[in-house]
Amino acid sequence: MMNFFKPKAARALGSPKPDPRDKGGPRQPMLIARGIRKHFPITGGLLNRRVASVRAVDGISFQVQKGETLGVVGESGCGKSTLARLLMHLIPPDGGELIFDGQEVGARDGLSLRELRRNLQMVFQDSASSLNPRLPIEDSVAYGPRVHGMPPSAARAHALSLLDQVGLPAHLFAGRYPHELSGGQKQRVNIARALALNPRMLILDEAVSALDKSVEAQVLNLLRRLKRDFNLTYIFISHDLHVVQYISDRVLVMYLGEVVEIGPVDRIYSAAAHPYTQALLASQLHADPRNRVTEPPITGDPPNPVNPPAGCRFHTRCPFAEKLCTTTAPALNPLAQDPDHAAACHMAAPSSGHSRAAIPGRAAPVPATGPIP
Amino acid sequence: MSDLATSPDALAGPTPETLPRDGRRSYWAAVRERLSEDRVTLAFMTVILGAVGAALLAPWIAPYDPYATSMLARLKPVGTEGHPLGTDELGRDMLSRLIWGARTSLLMGILPVAIAIVVGGLLGVVAGFMGGAVNMIVMRIMDVFYAFPSVLLAVAISGTLGGGMGSGLLALTLVFIPSLCRIAETAASQIRGHDFVDAARASGAPARSIILTHVVGNVLPPVLIYASSLISVSILLAAGLSFLGLGVSPPTADWGQMLSSLRQGIYVAPLVCALPGIAILIVSLSFNLVSDGLRQAMDIKS
Amino acid sequence: MTPAKTTAPGAAAPRQPQAPLLDVSGLKVDFISRAGRTQAVRDLSFTLEAGEVLCILGESGSGKSVTLRALMRLLPEGRSEIAGRVDFLGENVLTLPRRALNDLRGAGISMIFQEPMTALDPVYTIGDQIAETVMRHTGASREAAMARALELIELVRIPSPERRLRAYPHELSGGLRQRAMIAVALSCYPKLLLADEPTTALDATVQVQVLILLRQLQQDLGMGTIFVTHDLGVAAQIADKIAVMYAGRIVEYGSAEEVLLAPAHPYTRGMLASTVSGQPRDRDLEAIPGSPPDLRALPRGCAFAPRCPRATDLCQREEPGLTPSGAFGHLLCHHAQPSPRNPAPADRAPGELVAGQ
Repeated sequence: MMNFFKPKAARALGSPKPDPRDKGGPRQPMLIARGIRKHFPITGGLLNRRVASVRAVDGISFQVQKGETLGVVGESGCGKSTLARLLMHLIPPDGGELIFDGQEVGARDGLSLRELRRNLQMVFQDSASSLNPRLPIEDSVAYGPRVHGMPPSAARAHALSLLDQVGLPAHLFAGRYPHELSGGQKQRVNIARALALNPRMLILDEAVSALDKSVEAQVLNLLRRLKRDFNLTYIFISHDLHVVQYISDRVLVMYLGEVVEIGPVDRIYSAAAHPYTQALLASQLHADPRNRVTEPPITGDPPNPVNPPAGCRFHTRCPFAEKLCTTTAPALNPLAQDPDHAAACHMAAPSSGHSRAAIPGRAAPVPATGPIP
Repeated sequence: MSDLATSPDALAGPTPETLPRDGRRSYWAAVRERLSEDRVTLAFMTVILGAVGAALLAPWIAPYDPYATSMLARLKPVGTEGHPLGTDELGRDMLSRLIWGARTSLLMGILPVAIAIVVGGLLGVVAGFMGGAVNMIVMRIMDVFYAFPSVLLAVAISGTLGGGMGSGLLALTLVFIPSLCRIAETAASQIRGHDFVDAARASGAPARSIILTHVVGNVLPPVLIYASSLISVSILLAAGLSFLGLGVSPPTADWGQMLSSLRQGIYVAPLVCALPGIAILIVSLSFNLVSDGLRQAMDIKS
Repeated sequence: MTPAKTTAPGAAAPRQPQAPLLDVSGLKVDFISRAGRTQAVRDLSFTLEAGEVLCILGESGSGKSVTLRALMRLLPEGRSEIAGRVDFLGENVLTLPRRALNDLRGAGISMIFQEPMTALDPVYTIGDQIAETVMRHTGASREAAMARALELIELVRIPSPERRLRAYPHELSGGLRQRAMIAVALSCYPKLLLADEPTTALDATVQVQVLILLRQLQQDLGMGTIFVTHDLGVAAQIADKIAVMYAGRIVEYGSAEEVLLAPAHPYTRGMLASTVSGQPRDRDLEAIPGSPPDLRALPRGCAFAPRCPRATDLCQREEPGLTPSGAFGHLLCHHAQPSPRNPAPADRAPGELVAGQ
C-alpha cells in the first residue's frame, strides 16, 4: 500500500522566509516520507525464531511543507513515537524512503545520515532519561556541535547563547545538573540541545506531555517564538488534541501503524471524515462541568498491533463497520469536496460500496462532533 | 531576547535551588562535599589512610627488621618491653611484621580489584552498549567463571599456577572480573535505553564518543561502589590463599600468612596470634563502611 | 445501568446522624529527611458527604497525592509526620490502632492508583486478587468470594467476565486493567474511595470510558470519592466539589461550577487561562510565569505571590487566611474578589474558556 497523499503545494502558509540553507525552493516540501514501514520481530522458542511481528509503522506516507507544523495524533501503540525515531533513523526502517528538501536520505547522490541529523533534530518527552545526569546542562547542549567539530570554547559559547534563548539565563543555569532543574526547565534544555546544530526541522515527540499545565503553556509559547526566530519546521507528536489544535497547521491521525486521516487543522477539528478521528475528538474533556460526556464515544481499547484486524483496522471499534470493512482495507484518498483533506475510510470514498459512502458534493457523512450514537 | 525578562517565558519565579549558581560545580565536587559531612565514613577513611601510610612508610617506621628471628624471644605476649605487640613463633617483632604485612595485604586487596575494574568494566560497557551478539559472547564467557564459588575458583587458579604472590594476584583478578563486568553491563545497557543516548546518536556522534561522554560517567559510580566493597573480600581471599600456602610464601610478611603460621602458638600467646586477624577485620570492615558511605554520597539525587 | 440490587450492602450503610462521611481539619504532613523538613501539606480542611465527589486539583508537588495517602496513613512512618484530624464516620483515622486501621483499609476506605500494573499483583489472577480481599475482610468462603469476584467484574463491565476472572494482569489491556483495579477496590463496597490520578495513564478514548464508569459506580453505590488529578477536564467531568491545591494548601475550595466557571483565586484563574483548549492560534497562551516554590524553603507570605499578577507588599509579608466564598467553600487570598461570581475585569475573563458563556 503506497497511497501517497499530496496536498496542493501552494498552501496558505504565508511565504516562508528565504533561508540560505534552502536547496529545493519554497515549494519543495521540507520532508517527504513514502511508505515508511517498521515491523518489530517477536522472537520465541529455543532458537529465537521469529514467531510474529509488531506492525508498529505500516507504510506511512506524508509530507511536511517548509515552515509548517504537522501535528501527529493517535493513542498509545499507534506507532507515533516509532515514526519519530524512524524519521530520525534512530531505528532503521524496514522500508520506505525519506526525502529531505529534495534530497533522498541515504541515496548515493542524496543526503547522508550525518547531514540529515544536522538538519533534522528531535526533542524527547521530558523524563528522567532525556538528559545525561552526570553532565552539566551546558555540556549536554554543547555536545552536538563538538561532535561536529566545533572547537570547545566556541561550542560552549554557542550553548550559553542557546540557553539564554530558551529562557534559561546562562549565568544562572549553565553549570547546573539535570536534577537541579524542574521539569519545564529540563524541557527547555532539551529544546536548546535540539537547536544546537542549527537544524531546519524539529520532531517534537510528546514534548510537553509530562509538564504541568502552567509550564506547558510557557513551553508552547517558547516553541512558537523559536519557530519564528530560527525559521523552523515542526512535526509535533502528541496525544493531547487540545495542544495539537493550538500548535499545528495540518494534522495527521494514526491508528495501529497507519494514517487514517490527514488534513488542515480546522478541517480535521470541524469536519473530521474518519470515525476514529471523530471518536478521538468526542473524547476530549472540557473544563466545563455543565458540558460532561455521558456516553463513551467508542468502547474498548485499541487492539494489539501484533495481529492487527484484517480489512480496515478500525472496524472492530467502529460503529459503522459493515462487511466490506472487515475484508477490504480502505485507501487514504483525498475527499471529493476538499482535496487537501484525506481519509482512509470507505464512508469517505464515493462508490466504495459502503451503505454510508459519501455522495460526491455532500458534506461529511456523519456529524463531526458529539458522541457517535 | 530583550523581552525575556517580561515575557511569560522568562523564569521570573523562584527556582528550586539554593546552590551556588555561578561557576561550575562538578559531580565529583558535590560528592566530596557530601562525603565531608559524613563523619562515620570520614573516620573509617582515616583508618584506611593510616594503614596505607604505614604500609608505604614501613622501612622507616617499623621498629625492627621483620625477618630478624630470635630463638630466645619467641611468642612473647602483648606488652613485652621492646616488643609492644609481642613476638611470633620465631621471635620476630609482631608490630614490625604487621606493618610490613600491610604492604602485601593491601596490595593483594587493592591491585586485583583495580585491574578487574579496568578489564571487567571495559568488557561490561562494551557488551552492554553494543548488545546483541557481542553482549551474548562476553556475558556467556563471564557466566562460565560465575559458575564456580569464588573461593574455590581462586584456590584452583593459584593452585594451578603454583602459588606465589603473582599467581595469587592473577587468581584474585580473574575472580573479580565477572562480577564487575556484570555490574558494568547492567548499568551500560540501562543507559543505552535512555533518551539522552538517542539524542547523542541523533546529533551524529560516533559510538566511541557516546561511550566516553555518556556511558562511562554513568557506569562508573555503581562500579566504584561495588569495587570498594570487593577490596575487603579481596583482602580476606588473599589471606585465605596465604593461609592455605597458595598466596604469599614465607617468610614474607602477610597478614593471612602470619595467621596461618601463628596458629600453633594459640595456647601460648592467644592475643598475639589473633593480631593479624584483628588487622584484617579492621581494614576490611573499614573498606566496607567506606563503600557504604560512598554509595550514599554518590547518589546525588536523594 | 447496573441494577441497584447488587449495590445494597454499601449504599444502605447506617451513618451517624450529623457526622459527615469524612471531616478533615487542620491536616498537616511534614516529610523529614537529613536535609531537613519539607512541609508537603499545610493546614488542610474539607468535608465530604456520602455520594459526593471531591476533586483535589493541583500540579506536581502541590501535595495532592500526599494528602490522599495521609488520609489512609499510607505514608512511610519514620519519615513523615501527620498532624490534625481525619474523621471518618466520626472516628479519627490518625489515632486508630493498627488493627483497626487494617480493617478500615480496603473495607471502609479503599484506593485506586494511576498505574494498575504496580497496584495489582502480577502472579495472581484477577479473580484471586478480588477473592482474597473479600475473604480477608468478610471471612467468606472461597466459593462465595469467587462468586463475588465475578459479580464485581461484571459490575465494572469487563467483557467476557468468566474468562477475565482467570486472567493475569499482564494479559489485560490498559483500560481493562484499570477496571480490574477498580473491581478490587470495590470488593468490600467501601464507603469512601480514594482515587489517585486513575485515568492519567490512559488514552483519551479509554479515559472517558473509565470516568463515566467511575461516576456511575460512585452514584449507584453511594460512595464518597476523593479524586486527585492535575487535569481540569477530568475534574469538570467527575467532580461535585473541587479543592485547588498549591504548595501544600487548598487555595480555592467550592462547587465544581464555582471553581471552574467563576474562579476567584489568581492561581485557579491562571491555570484555567493557561490550559490549552481552543485558543486562537495566532496568539501566545497566557502562561503563569515561573515555577512552583520549593517546599523546603517556602517564601514568606503567600506562596503564590512570586508568580501572582495581583501580588502586593501585603502578599509578600503575610500569609493569607481563609476567606469564605460561594455556598460552602473558601479562598486563600488577600485580594480575593468579594463575589467570586463576578470575574475580575482586569484579567482575561475565564468564560472565554468554556463553551456557551
